Amino acid sequence: MHIQELRSQRPPDFQKLVFDYVRHADQDAATPARHPVVIVGAGPVGLALAIDLAQQQVPVVLLDNDHRLSTGSRAICFSKRSLEIFDRLGCGEAMAAKGVSWKVGRVFLRGEEVYSFDLLPEDGHARPAFVNLQQYYVEGFLAERAAALPAIDVRWQNKVTGVEQKGDHALLTIATPDGPYQLQADWVAACDGSRSAMRQLLGQESHGRQFRDRFLIADVKMKVDFPAERWFWFDPDFHRNQSVLLHRQPDGVWRIDFQLGWDADPEVEKRPENIMPRVRALLDASPFKGAEVELEWASVYTFACQRMDAFRHGRVLFAGDSAHGVSPFGARGANSGLQDAENLAWKLAAVLRQQAPDALLDSYAREREMAADENIQNSTRATDFITPKSEISRLFRDAVLQLARKHDFARRMVNSGRLSVPATLHGSALNTGDADRFEGRMVPGAVAADAPVADGWLLRRLGATRFTALVFGEGEGAQASLRALAAAELPLQVERLPLDAAHALAAARYDAQDGTTYLLRPDQHVCARWRRPTAAALRAAHDRALARA
Amino acid sequence: MQETPEHLDTSARLAAPDDFYEALIDAHQGLSTDESHALNARLVLLLANQIGTLPVLREALAAARDA
Repeated sequence: MHIQELRSQRPPDFQKLVFDYVRHADQDAATPARHPVVIVGAGPVGLALAIDLAQQQVPVVLLDNDHRLSTGSRAICFSKRSLEIFDRLGCGEAMAAKGVSWKVGRVFLRGEEVYSFDLLPEDGHARPAFVNLQQYYVEGFLAERAAALPAIDVRWQNKVTGVEQKGDHALLTIATPDGPYQLQADWVAACDGSRSAMRQLLGQESHGRQFRDRFLIADVKMKVDFPAERWFWFDPDFHRNQSVLLHRQPDGVWRIDFQLGWDADPEVEKRPENIMPRVRALLDASPFKGAEVELEWASVYTFACQRMDAFRHGRVLFAGDSAHGVSPFGARGANSGLQDAENLAWKLAAVLRQQAPDALLDSYAREREMAADENIQNSTRATDFITPKSEISRLFRDAVLQLARKHDFARRMVNSGRLSVPATLHGSALNTGDADRFEGRMVPGAVAADAPVADGWLLRRLGATRFTALVFGEGEGAQASLRALAAAELPLQVERLPLDAAHALAAARYDAQDGTTYLLRPDQHVCARWRRPTAAALRAAHDRALARA
Repeated sequence: MQETPEHLDTSARLAAPDDFYEALIDAHQGLSTDESHALNARLVLLLANQIGTLPVLREALAAARDA
């Protein structure tokens, strides 16, 4: 089928969709056609980036070497931040409606609960802490949204086989069922996954740690009533000396993740006759003994925590798994890839519109390399706890678990995965440091916190593709701030929030007083804030956030 | 309120060091070597939490390693 057909009809199964290869006029061009942006890889990251750019009127060519969406559930945990990004991209509601919302995680040692956590202990956010949603739904809803944007030109079965860096563009050689052709791109976004061909074509590699352990994913359909929570067992009686993770997905599907150890044979473990007894043992130890179970999908995986040394190579920018990899414990793979995409989109648009020098794209690399380091650190620590690498590491892990039965301090050391939160871009060159005193979490570099506003939610009031100035209050201070904004003559959206009961949570989260002004980037990160800005300060912060300073 | 010490204090702080030493050995009475290692690990975690400041703990880790 053609992607446009997704506009009129949602298919019964996104996994069964086969998109048609269509020959493009570019393939007959005498000289390679030139495009502002070519994205390689139509996974969640590539699709999100394409949509974001198209919403900013940047035409995009999106190449994919295959002609299907994700097979198997793969990434299933999508964070609050990812949902907020999907909201900005116009497909958040579909994701949230289909996904299973959750926020509580429980950790068990043998049969006993030793620790639980609540990922969103406060109210006043439009979106839940997490939804579980199979990757094929995420890609499907993104594809539906992309189908509604004529600026996106998706080309299936277009496999990049060559990249040449030319001063002001990259030259791509692309294999198709009709043979090869070439394209020139001002900028190329490599969103082609962990085994990135783009990375290899540029002679780059990722560096980090490969973990010597194997895990089995079993997606099973069963009619049971486990709560919509993340359950993690250390050393459960039904799977001794290993860990197990249980998660609910839509459509009555459950994700069960069994640690197998390094010596397990992936081919043997993938056989249904070997998987089902493991699932049955879990159920038999639960209140749902005897429940009917049907295997949907299985996979045996290993993982590494690693990243490329640099996410920008000339005209090519790496985003998502091509740039960095983590363990699945913490849901920091797809979620961080979506944050890469949204960091990159507005910067590419600004550079293409010549509103910013291409140094702004270096800030993409710098900011997301920092974020990747944070994700890798969290992921590595969780992995070391879940699969201790030495006898002494195991000894301390077990000591923590034993103490956690009784002692609060030890519960906080129990690490079954620290779940994805968006990186605060401390120290980014795009931030303007505080000149005034502020309390709370909305420091320059932080993602703007959501809060209820009179007509809905704060984040949905922000400019989808532009800088936004948030001005609090209605008094003298606000008037002065608004005058400064008018005098600064910046291309931004101004949103006002009164300091009344309806906006009390927003005021608290932003430590707001009359006149308090926040400058937010198009990706909703705070880049500067003032009690009473001057026009000059606003202009300087805006310049700095566009790498023009 | 007492100020949190920022550095490891290795001066003699125990009023009755022999009493502590005896109590430490007694705590391991009747345990196998593996059980003793496990007890020590739990003890390290409990004491680390009691100290509660990472810079001090890092100095303690370094001092233990260098001895």
